[in-house]
Amino acid sequence: MPTTFTLNGKNTTLDADPDMPLLWAVRETAGLTGTKFGCGIAMCGACTVHLDGQPIRSCVTPLASVASRQVTTIEGLQGAPGKAVQAAWIKLQVPQCGYCQSGQIMSATALLSKNTAPTDADIDGAMSGNICRCATYTRIRAAIHEAAQSLRA
Amino acid sequence: MATRSSDIRGERRAFLKGAGAASAAALTIGFDWIVAPRRALAAAGTAPAAAADFIPNAFLRVGSDDSVTVIAKHVELGQGAYTGIATIVAEELDGDWERIRVESAPADAKRYANLAFGTMQGTGGSSAMANSWMQLREAGAKARAVLVAAAAREWHVPAADLVVDKGVVLHPKTQRRATFGSLVPAARSLPLPDKVTLKDPRDFKLIGQRVPRVDVPAKCDGTAQFTLDTVFPGMLVALLQRPPRFGATVQSFDGTAASAVPGVVKVVQVPRGVAVIATSFWAAKRGRDALLIHWDETHAEKRGSAELMAEYRRLAGQPARSARKDGNAADALRDAAHKVSAGYEFPYLAHAPMEPLDAVVKLTPDRCEIWAGDQFQTVDQANAAQISGLKPEQVFIHTLYAGGSFGRRANAWSDYIVEAVSIAKAHGADGTPIKLQWTREDDIGGGLYRPMYFHKLDAALNAHGELIGWKHVIVGQSIMAGTPFAATMKDGIDPTSVEGAASIAYEIPNIAVDLATTQVGVPVLWWRVVGSSHTVFAVESFIDEVAHAAGKDPFEFRRKMLGGKPRMKRVLELAAEKAGWNGSPLPKGKGRGIAVAEAFNTFVAQVAEVSVGDGGQVKVDRVVCAVDCGTPINPDIIAAQMEGGIGFGLGAALYGAITLKDGHVEQSNFNSYRVLRMNEMPKVEVHIVPSTEPPTGVGEPGVAPVGPAVANAIFAATGRRAHVFPFVRGSA
Repeated sequence: MPTTFTLNGKNTTLDADPDMPLLWAVRETAGLTGTKFGCGIAMCGACTVHLDGQPIRSCVTPLASVASRQVTTIEGLQGAPGKAVQAAWIKLQVPQCGYCQSGQIMSATALLSKNTAPTDADIDGAMSGNICRCATYTRIRAAIHEAAQSLRA
Repeated sequence: MATRSSDIRGERRAFLKGAGAASAAALTIGFDWIVAPRRALAAAGTAPAAAADFIPNAFLRVGSDDSVTVIAKHVELGQGAYTGIATIVAEELDGDWERIRVESAPADAKRYANLAFGTMQGTGGSSAMANSWMQLREAGAKARAVLVAAAAREWHVPAADLVVDKGVVLHPKTQRRATFGSLVPAARSLPLPDKVTLKDPRDFKLIGQRVPRVDVPAKCDGTAQFTLDTVFPGMLVALLQRPPRFGATVQSFDGTAASAVPGVVKVVQVPRGVAVIATSFWAAKRGRDALLIHWDETHAEKRGSAELMAEYRRLAGQPARSARKDGNAADALRDAAHKVSAGYEFPYLAHAPMEPLDAVVKLTPDRCEIWAGDQFQTVDQANAAQISGLKPEQVFIHTLYAGGSFGRRANAWSDYIVEAVSIAKAHGADGTPIKLQWTREDDIGGGLYRPMYFHKLDAALNAHGELIGWKHVIVGQSIMAGTPFAATMKDGIDPTSVEGAASIAYEIPNIAVDLATTQVGVPVLWWRVVGSSHTVFAVESFIDEVAHAAGKDPFEFRRKMLGGKPRMKRVLELAAEKAGWNGSPLPKGKGRGIAVAEAFNTFVAQVAEVSVGDGGQVKVDRVVCAVDCGTPINPDIIAAQMEGGIGFGLGAALYGAITLKDGHVEQSNFNSYRVLRMNEMPKVEVHIVPSTEPPTGVGEPGVAPVGPAVANAIFAATGRRAHVFPFVRGSA
């Protein structure tokens, strides 16, 4: 049964199993591979996308549940917070293997979209669901502060 | 006979040479004219070699559009190898960094062997920079010399009067200039010089600078291509059901329900289990969940971690093989004024890279193409050839970015590659692209762990509190035994079991390091920093215990025994100085600990500062790290690897444990195999020792000291010593 929703600003209909996790529908049916598979149980955050602006774990979100809603993936990241985050990530050379970074950037963008002056505790709260096995955490923290500063400037 | 660290390195080199010999002819370092390497997957952002390119050697080509493509024989799995490789070439070439691209080399031991390994192509042992250093400097310098010669001939001026800057050859006297691209046609007809003068390090423009990584932009917008992202028209996805216990095999299976799942194309038995091949991941997953398999567990490992550790403790008291013997440790211990003893338990550890293992295979009766974050290209090529019935030269490997590895993708069996090829073969070898995808549960429960170990240590102090005797017994599985690498183990000693222990740097007159190798049916593998992940943990924890027993400051106690190791001593002193080791004492509930290591010829010392709460909860506040890795090629990448290594090692020290019960792995995903998260990451300061020594590796050594530094800090804060690791047990 097809599911219709807005994907990165475009009206999209995907003909896939409605129980299929959004992650796989976006990756394999819609062909957007920036969102990654890390655990399948919402424990690592590699699959983070925005649903109506909120960060969610697409690996446990059934496709049917996003019908008529707005989904944004790393490919569709627009707006000041997202651009500030990506610029800070490059400036501070955050990624190592890079596999988790789409999810990190989506979580960080969601944080900065509602809070342009996050404290370290705010960052811990927003980012502790995103695992990075390369442990780029110190740079992620610094890059979020950097992006926040650029948004306030 | 004493076994020193240099001998151990020699042994490793020898075993890797032996392993490579199977798939490779004699080593030749190619600076000859050769055909262009096949291009890597176009999606990796590379352009095909043009027939008109200037291709001076196996490591670079210059296009008439001024592009410079550097061919990376090493996989980029986060350690920064692509950037390091490109930096070395661009430095001697005097290329324009903005025009440098990197693409992966094909599997070819003749041209792309890891010179630290011998005749096999692969990445590991933090060797990418060390083994590429002279090779790539020469490759870049020779290409530069030809481009300069081409300009000199065209302009009828002496080559010595020309200078090169950012991809442009200049003749200052006449103001003539030519870009590399415009010189390509002329350069193609000129011979390569036999000899070339390399730059004086004082003239380096890129080496030593914080050159931005070549892979970072694509890793910030979702366009970086990993194996997971590899898509071909008509591609199928396979999931493999592996045995519930290590060593079990398929007795029989019923794939009826699996085949009935919409999207499932085929259910096939392969040597390692039963695979479900489908049109999507989700269909393959649902199909696999519906499989009914009866396993033959006759030869399966059925013991649990507790039984194994009890056996290891018993073996630690039995005679074992000698890995190092200086003087007479037994006599020293017998006659000691004061004796210190401790035992340390280390669990199995999973690598758990963020990208679960995956590989894409296209197999036909005469050709096998593989796309993977491949770490052991020529080993994987040989194993893929064997399982497919082809010759190695019929197997083509496209190395993509790997979403982490930490050693997991480098193994003698090429397990995930062989699985993918076996599935493609069972599907009919009809050229259908098939992606084998592991789930996280497959990864955590799938074996090839850092082995479990028990370490027993005894130290003898004389009446002055000086360390005069050291006995270290290590009990655990061998990583090399049972692999082609075993052929070069000497006297039954697997060097990866004892490195960091047999090579103990402290000046102690009587040293005995013994190894008892166990036989367990759990497959094991090197894990980031290999032997030093447990040996350094034990040595640096115990030396701290001995220092306290002697009434000495743990930093001074170590420092005084490192007279023969100036570089190790220097990093120890630097870390202590930067951390304010001798400064004001920390408040109650906080503690500092120190540890130092040499791994893969790189020296690292760390001081950890911890807070321990009333309930005993540990928070690591700060780690100060000093590193000497020879000539620093890219200080920012060195710092990043130290930061990441500290986080990786800290996660394992705090939480990492794979445990078995009746042969079943008790962990399955990140909910039960806990790793470090953002809120647990300490502040990290990295200090790099200036050096003009040849560069050594940074991908692994930063992992080694953090565990014992934290253990020693916890002792300083609480007076309690940890002997069973990880510090914290239980689920996330």
